[in-house]
Amino acid sequence: MIEDVHEYLEKLKMELKDCDPALIQDALSDAETHLQTALEEELAGSPGASRPEILSHIIEKYGAPQEVAAAYLTIEPHISPSFKAPSRRDKRSFLGKFFGVLTESRAWGAFFYMLLAFFTGIIFGGWAILGGIVSAGSLLFIIGLPLFGLFLLSIRGIALLEGRIVEALLGVRMPRRALFLQKGFSWSDRYIALVKDKYSWRALLYTILLFPLGFIYSIFFSLLFFLSLVFITSPVLELVLRVPLDLFGDNVFTPVWFLPVVFLAGLVLFPATFYLAKFLGKIHGGFAKSMLVRK
Amino acid sequence: MAETTDANKKFQKELNSGTAALVLLSILARADEPMYGYRIAKLMEVNDESVPMMKQGALYPVLRSLEGGGLLESHVDPSVSGPPRRYYKITETGLQVLKDWTAIWDRTKVFVDAILRGKDDD
Repeated sequence: MIEDVHEYLEKLKMELKDCDPALIQDALSDAETHLQTALEEELAGSPGASRPEILSHIIEKYGAPQEVAAAYLTIEPHISPSFKAPSRRDKRSFLGKFFGVLTESRAWGAFFYMLLAFFTGIIFGGWAILGGIVSAGSLLFIIGLPLFGLFLLSIRGIALLEGRIVEALLGVRMPRRALFLQKGFSWSDRYIALVKDKYSWRALLYTILLFPLGFIYSIFFSLLFFLSLVFITSPVLELVLRVPLDLFGDNVFTPVWFLPVVFLAGLVLFPATFYLAKFLGKIHGGFAKSMLVRK
Repeated sequence: MAETTDANKKFQKELNSGTAALVLLSILARADEPMYGYRIAKLMEVNDESVPMMKQGALYPVLRSLEGGGLLESHVDPSVSGPPRRYYKITETGLQVLKDWTAIWDRTKVFVDAILRGKDDD
């Protein structure tokens, strides 16, 4: 017989061991929330009843770990991450394929992720760095302990939010539910669990890294995007609007014979930017998954 | 005998996989306020006192899939006694889909009943 909720969760985790870590986190979170809520309500309804007995009754209705795992495995394939890669065979010409990246939602998603990283980097990363310094500094005083705990909790909240952004824009399956700390333990035990949990520290490290990464991503991709647009419009800019591109020095117009080359370079650079965004998005998605999903 | 029980279980599971979504949409359409998973499970229990049709744990992935399809929306609220709860509410699309699915269900029921009765008459 399963004695407590923690034991149930461990067994459920075992049943799901080969699955996507994000699915495991969701299934554990659902089970934990349900079992804890049921336990609280049943215990309140019949005081004096034995806890393991009530839990066994609740589990009977909720389903044994293998039954619940089977339910998730059956239904999960129907829930797709926001952007699914097209699986049909590509019969387009080389040029069609090359420019086809501009019609891919995942490429645009990754590109927007890179631009958005400027703001998420400043907000999330800034909070992680400033909040971290202030709350770590306050540890010198007794008031610092709860402050630091709250800070770590806020980082876990940010990790979940960033996971949602990563899934929506980069198409990587991330947790959709937060993991809550075990009920039934004292505040000090939960505090120690929060601080000892490697997940808290991985999430903190990721959030801090988001600060420089956000800057690099957004500046690099804005620059590429802007450059490719300028190159494409170079004939209009130089010949019609008379704005020099300064490619050959200050206030120097590009030779007319060279303008088609610049135009073509822009035409190649524009889709290339999106290829690069997709590529980097994939790497970053993998990185986010390794840092923000509970192992 | 064990084989029969397994076959029954399998049949029930196959039926549930199609009807769970319809049942959940219908419960949430009739609810006056957003409901969390455990409340929904309790409500289903009241309607199904004899043998439970499906395990409560199987409701959550269905709820999530309905939410993913835009038929439900949810928000998390903290609770006084336990972990924060996720409250589900049916969307306009959900109501429309429920109407369509109910019509399909009614047609299926009539068809299956007619066949089953026909079999009895023979």
